[in-house]
Amino acid sequence: MMLESIESVLIQNGLMTAFALVALLVGFSYWIADKWTGGHLHGSAIAIAIGLALAYLGGKWTGGQQGLADIPWLAGIGVLGGAMFRDFAIVATAFGAEVRELKRAGIMGIASVLIGVALSFLIGAAVAVAFGYRDPVQISTLGAGAATYIVGPVTGSALGADSSIIALSIAAGLTKSILVMIATPLVAKRIQLDHPHSAMIYGGLMGTTSGVAGGLAATDPKLVPYGAMTATFYTGVGCLLAPSLFYWIVRSVF
Amino acid sequence: MVIYGVGLLAGCMLAGLWAGRLLGHALGVEANVGGVGIAMLLLLFFTQISPKRPVLGPISASGVSFWSAMYIPIVVAMAAKQNVVAAVSSGWVAILAGTLAVLASFALVPVLAKWAPKAEDDA
Repeated sequence: MMLESIESVLIQNGLMTAFALVALLVGFSYWIADKWTGGHLHGSAIAIAIGLALAYLGGKWTGGQQGLADIPWLAGIGVLGGAMFRDFAIVATAFGAEVRELKRAGIMGIASVLIGVALSFLIGAAVAVAFGYRDPVQISTLGAGAATYIVGPVTGSALGADSSIIALSIAAGLTKSILVMIATPLVAKRIQLDHPHSAMIYGGLMGTTSGVAGGLAATDPKLVPYGAMTATFYTGVGCLLAPSLFYWIVRSVF
Repeated sequence: MVIYGVGLLAGCMLAGLWAGRLLGHALGVEANVGGVGIAMLLLLFFTQISPKRPVLGPISASGVSFWSAMYIPIVVAMAAKQNVVAAVSSGWVAILAGTLAVLASFALVPVLAKWAPKAEDDA
């Protein structure tokens, strides 16, 4: 009776459950960052890593696709971490952005989106070819998946790829976004990700909104608006180029 | 009032997502092209650029800065709802394609950043 009533309160107030839980998780992570890494690793980097680990456990536990959010009393995590709140918070970070910085790196930011989409597509396509794929539709779908997990299925369905290759392209995009979240704080110094203009280029090159959002949060939250600004154009540009120009190029080669 | 800030933020987001959808439609793409980026530019326009900008008092502004501060917790929740199992168990093609794309993109950041004008050049 006690447990049941707790569970039903948690389920009926899912978003509040998520607020409370994330607060505990973030607090725990900052405590670890402070105590065990002496502040070398950002608390939010640890929180994101724990979040991903919990998502893995949740996925294994439920067999669902939404990580922790598939556990009924944790469904609020799915709301809080869903696209609506994510985009709302990203837009809010622009409030503190400097217009001068955006203008200064604007052109390179736009260029980096085009370069980033082309580079990821090329690498995804090359991996597909290395694994023996020879059908231009399959090669292009995998290449598009290496851009983001939205570009992959959009391209795949536009070209009539079958569902197994579309699933692979989504997995490639997921791998990318998760790796960007985890690896960004670790490589930030080496790739000179310490300034609004490098953040804009980083956002344009990576392109995965979730990856960039997580990666910059874990590195330096002040850089978020610059990276997010360019990253949000990436998926659209990818959906534009991958099934048209890039597919056409792949088809002329194979 | 706090709601003015939150309302401005929500209005910018809705307008940006709508513009991004129209842009996608115009380009013949089934995706939102830069909706969030456009929303950010709108927010900047209304808070910093426009000569006729509504002046947000400190309390109204806190309606925006609260959500900006909620960014990291929201990203943590976002991490906790990713389909990590699918990414990990998908096989080498997908993992390699995703990983190599990330490594190459990381490597290009400092290269492209060199071409962008630096702040120090301004003086």
